[in-house]
Amino acid sequence: MTSMILNGERRAVRAAPDTPLLYVLREEFGLNAAKFGCGLGQCGACTVVIDGAAVFSCVTPVMLAENRQVTTLEGLGTAEAPGPLQRAFIDAQAAQCGYCIPGMMMRAHALLTRAPDASDAAIRAELEPHLCRCGTQMRILRAIRRAADAMRPRSTAEAGR
Amino acid sequence: MTLSRRAVLAGTGALILAFSLGSARAQTETGKGEGPRKRGLPGSLDDTPRLDAWIRVGPDGAVTVLTGKAELGQGLKTALLQIAAEELKAPLARLSLVTADTGRTADEGYTAASHSVQDSGTAIRHAAAQVRTLLIGEAARRLGVPAEQLRAEDGAVLGPGGARIGYGDLVTDALLTAEAQPASSLTPAAEYAVLGRPVPRIDIPAKVTGGAAYIQDLRPPGLLHARVVRPPSYGAILIEVDAAAVERLPGVVKVVRDGTFLGVVAEGEWTAIQAMRRLATSARWRETASLPDAAALPDALRALPSRDSTILERGAAGGAGTVIEGTFTRPYLAHGSIGPSCAIAEWQDGGVTVWSHSQGVFPLRRALAGLLRLPDDKVRCIHAEGAGCYGQNGADDAAADAALLARAVPGRPVRVQWMREQEHAWEPFGPGMVASVRAAVTPDGRVADWTHEVWSPSHMMRPGPPGALLAAREIAEPFPPAPPVALAQPEGGGDRNAIPLYAFPNARVVHHFLPEMPLRGSSMRSLGGYLNVMAIESTMDDLARAAGLDPVTFRLRHLTDARAGAVVEAAARRFGWDGRSARAGGGFGFAFARYKNLEAYCAVVVEITLDRETGRVAIERVVAAVDTGEVVNPDGVANQIEGGILQAASWTLFERVAFDRTRVTSVDWSAYPILRFSAVPRSVEVHIVAQPDQPFLGVAEAAQGPAGAALANAIRDATGHRLCDLPLTAGRIKAALGA
Repeated sequence: MTSMILNGERRAVRAAPDTPLLYVLREEFGLNAAKFGCGLGQCGACTVVIDGAAVFSCVTPVMLAENRQVTTLEGLGTAEAPGPLQRAFIDAQAAQCGYCIPGMMMRAHALLTRAPDASDAAIRAELEPHLCRCGTQMRILRAIRRAADAMRPRSTAEAGR
Repeated sequence: MTLSRRAVLAGTGALILAFSLGSARAQTETGKGEGPRKRGLPGSLDDTPRLDAWIRVGPDGAVTVLTGKAELGQGLKTALLQIAAEELKAPLARLSLVTADTGRTADEGYTAASHSVQDSGTAIRHAAAQVRTLLIGEAARRLGVPAEQLRAEDGAVLGPGGARIGYGDLVTDALLTAEAQPASSLTPAAEYAVLGRPVPRIDIPAKVTGGAAYIQDLRPPGLLHARVVRPPSYGAILIEVDAAAVERLPGVVKVVRDGTFLGVVAEGEWTAIQAMRRLATSARWRETASLPDAAALPDALRALPSRDSTILERGAAGGAGTVIEGTFTRPYLAHGSIGPSCAIAEWQDGGVTVWSHSQGVFPLRRALAGLLRLPDDKVRCIHAEGAGCYGQNGADDAAADAALLARAVPGRPVRVQWMREQEHAWEPFGPGMVASVRAAVTPDGRVADWTHEVWSPSHMMRPGPPGALLAAREIAEPFPPAPPVALAQPEGGGDRNAIPLYAFPNARVVHHFLPEMPLRGSSMRSLGGYLNVMAIESTMDDLARAAGLDPVTFRLRHLTDARAGAVVEAAARRFGWDGRSARAGGGFGFAFARYKNLEAYCAVVVEITLDRETGRVAIERVVAAVDTGEVVNPDGVANQIEGGILQAASWTLFERVAFDRTRVTSVDWSAYPILRFSAVPRSVEVHIVAQPDQPFLGVAEAAQGPAGAALANAIRDATGHRLCDLPLTAGRIKAALGA
């Protein structure tokens, strides 16, 4: 049986090892953020972070998450206590329908974790695998910039300790 | 033909003639509002006058606002609550909203055509104001003081000597059952506390934290998962399938087959998908090659039988001058919702409840009742939000799929979600179209002659009729195809925005309505407006160039509507149009339209650079100005206009439904590319031209026409070539440059 560390907590998985991670997250663990968009790794709506890297959960068999750290948008905060990236998306009102947003946020989370000083160009390039059909991209870019700026002093301070 | 409508547009002296289109049903895009108003009441109150159909106040003072419209990601919920809170004088946090539900809310037709704030917002505004007046009246009665000495504030009525009675204490069962009156005591704009403010959207926190925000996230107890197996092409017949083998798979509950309709119900979602694939592998179909030659689609469209109507005839034809002509074409376009369509249905006691992201739960109920041969009151449809739809996507079809599959397992809710390839192949596309303009400009820069002809299939194939639903055409005893609807002027369908807003002395516009539908089509944002505005604004640019005039000056010369002129001037000024200077390989484009000639005014300026080696367009800067009458939420308006600009950029540069003679072949995002981040503009600015004393105007579809046309004009400016066949791909631009 597979087990993984999901949003900081070790969880056993009942599903067959070749089940795409997306269905395990949504069905077995009742999570909402990772979305089915294409099942083909073409749109990014299902993106989660495994050991710091953004992956398409719709085409990732759950066995590849064995003993690894899986982070979903639920792991970044709640509506009542949003994390800095979530706060930035709320402040920038960076959603229309919002269906694509969790996947974008997870890729942004992975980027800002490994590169807190990411340039605007780097943020844009990083988001290339993600589609937004409502045309909210300008706000998404603004929100990620805002989050990067809000998170940087803290990470700089931590690095200096 | 009989003359069905005759109206003289004030100011221009234009006589608008529309002719009834034979057997086509007269219908509006919202499914409402045709014919005279019944009671003379504002907005949707005219259909549903009881106040408690819109506003209810609980004994604890909590307020429930009800709307027959639906949240589609456009921010409607927040806008309606702002309106209600303002007029009720109740804190926003004490308000909750119930949206489209055939069991609870008013029937407001479809959430479409940028009508929601006008229809529902106006109704809620007046209902809330009248409820406030009733509550104040009740307080006056109880306190024994004249109503004039009382005022409403923060969910309570306040009176002399510190008297204060909360709404919850004032409300009685009978109080809000009153019918609305024609006149309301509305709050003056100067006193607004929440209306007109950029209130943050109430739905965004859940959406950015993994809350249950979508129909896809609903998990009622006992939920089963289902998938359908759609035929490989239009009209394909299912000959045989090994259902028994699939039904034996662990976790599979049932395979449902009715004629060509085929689906599977399972305990788990991944099991349902695997079972669907097994079914699809064993299924054999008989297909028919019924599609036109994709490479010659415009010719195929123009060769179809048409019902022709002259929708504008002004002055005399043949005014002399330099002639500019162009034939503009658009392919079929996909709505391309990022989340494929989804529905949940549950049968109980011979009736069915269906959760759907349909734009019209009441028309959907009629269609499902027909399909299921049930009386309407045995079908309840409840709206639950899906991914953005931008018109009629597969939502209604998925609802029918869920209802049919759930009938096989009564007592358990069944959730159907389409696969990506199903959405891409089977959604009703925005129709392919052709628009041809011929115009003449005099040496002193006046448009002397103007002829616009547009060929288009129906943009309105929504349910109502059961035959509008895919499954209803697939079952063993199929329903007849729904009749094609030609939406009437002044809003129009394929001819939306075909009548120029410019004051041309001699102009003629002809709508060739094509009842046949080579590919399945229906409503997609702005309907024919996108191509018609592209045709008009491209021609205006070329006429200005022929006359040696600046394109903004040229447009202003021909605009008599002061609000139109103000928007054009605002966009030009904010962009710095007069001082513009092109970068190497760059170009500028300007375009303007008033959506439907009735809704928001929008002008867009686009600056691009062009890689001449590849033909690739980079959008450097976009500036838009918009007048949407009174603004409920300025950030919501900006969000909608930004979205419209980016979506139109995607349509214009990239998009085309591909098909061979039998099948739709653009069944994923690689075969149907849309805008990605590498093509997103470097900057987009939206400026609102404030008109606080004017009525609400629809905004969600205002930008698509002008944004697409401004981009096309920028490409013309940068390349020296007028490209008329959409999409304006890098390949086509490179080919034009090489020619």
